[in-house]
Amino acid sequence: MTLPRRTPLYDLHVELGGKMVDFAGWEMPVQYSLGIMGEHSQCRERAAVFDVSHMGQVILRGENVGEKLEALCPQAFATLKEGKARYGFFTNEDGGIMDDLIVSNAGDHYFVVVNAALRHQDIPHMQANLDGVEVIEIFDRALVAVQGPKAEDVVGDLCPAARDLKFMETTVADINGVECRISRLGYTGEDGYEISIPEDKAIEVTRAFLAHEDCEAAGLGARDSLRLEAGLCLYGNDIDQSTSPIEASLAWAIQKRRKEEGGFPGAARIQKELAEGPARKLVGIKPTGRAPARQGVEIQCAEGNSIGQITSGGFGPTVGGPVAMGYVAAGHGAPGEVVNLIIRGKPQPAEVVALPFVTQNYKR
Amino acid sequence: MATYYSEEHEWLDVDGDTATLGITKHAAEQLGDVVFVEQQEVGDEFEKDGEIGVIESVKAASELYAPVDGEITEVNEALADNPGALNEDPEGEAWIYKIKIADASQLEDLMDEAGYKAFIG
Repeated sequence: MTLPRRTPLYDLHVELGGKMVDFAGWEMPVQYSLGIMGEHSQCRERAAVFDVSHMGQVILRGENVGEKLEALCPQAFATLKEGKARYGFFTNEDGGIMDDLIVSNAGDHYFVVVNAALRHQDIPHMQANLDGVEVIEIFDRALVAVQGPKAEDVVGDLCPAARDLKFMETTVADINGVECRISRLGYTGEDGYEISIPEDKAIEVTRAFLAHEDCEAAGLGARDSLRLEAGLCLYGNDIDQSTSPIEASLAWAIQKRRKEEGGFPGAARIQKELAEGPARKLVGIKPTGRAPARQGVEIQCAEGNSIGQITSGGFGPTVGGPVAMGYVAAGHGAPGEVVNLIIRGKPQPAEVVALPFVTQNYKR
Repeated sequence: MATYYSEEHEWLDVDGDTATLGITKHAAEQLGDVVFVEQQEVGDEFEKDGEIGVIESVKAASELYAPVDGEITEVNEALADNPGALNEDPEGEAWIYKIKIADASQLEDLMDEAGYKAFIG
């Protein structure tokens, strides 16, 4: 029997009344006393702090790491400048997505963050395929996200250097005398930071964020509704080994040179889909009524034929109604198309909409 | 009037052969923020343990099961526009149905308040 692991912030979660659940083998707070709706609004209107220490933090050291990563990912990591972060994914030979990740050029090394559930896959994958690169999984640092329109004040009051970062920039700076890696990015659609903190100081630094009047703790429940409204994919729901980045509407995350040159796993399929269009496409779906459409719900076109499936869905607190994402077959999915969602056997009307459901508020 | 509780976390306020049905405070707390309630219609008949609706919270969908055999005589329409009432007053204003009980002997299978409190620990 494997017991769920605890992050360096576990004691703080319990102290704050976090409702702990097993998530990807980790004991994580799904919500605190504010509840998912309250924590969601807190993040959209002020600032919220999330423990994301379950995600895998990895250091890559060696010569030409960015160039070598290009053999595993369709992103232009060779030209990623020092101090910049970029969203990307590992692709498989069939052009499916093995995992999505954030890669930062930290100067003398690269800093990579991967999904909690796929650490065991991604780390051996990099070790086996990045020749002459030292792949070091970090076990002694927490990762904390501070997100929301007030995130700049929450972090910037303690660390002025954080204010100078733009979206997708990263730096190392002291917070309360503790050296942290601070990256201006996140998974909520709001401005904010993800901050890597030495584990023995993680609670102390997180408390300093929470001491700000505009900051409250938020759990995985709010994290999921925030990312869904922001139209951000969740690995395992919206993207997986079978979905290509083009199907997942992630072509924006493949830079021009890589689209043209290829040279990454599954390039044949991905370049073909770029040229001819994919067989299915991930789109936003807005149910007309109040019933949430959850993962697995069938999508039918107006004529009643099955055209796809919901991959993520629930209630969007900021939207004030149900929101969803799902795949629809080629020829469908133009914004405004009316579809039916088969919820508990009954067709419920819905409309295809452009993602995201809420405006992304990044500091560019 | 007597109040009965089911293991599915419903309460039933019984008055003769009619009753008001809802979910308990404990259930509402466990569900979290309720965002949608799917109710059946007046006149619908149901059997004990049959599904008589769905309550969706921000977390998940949970079925509502009939604690006894019966028929729906009134639906709390206010829940359609204000599902959040189930978090605020689940054992009062946010009742779900009024029903006619078909077989009062089935009430014996349900718990009283003390029994339910012990059940949820």
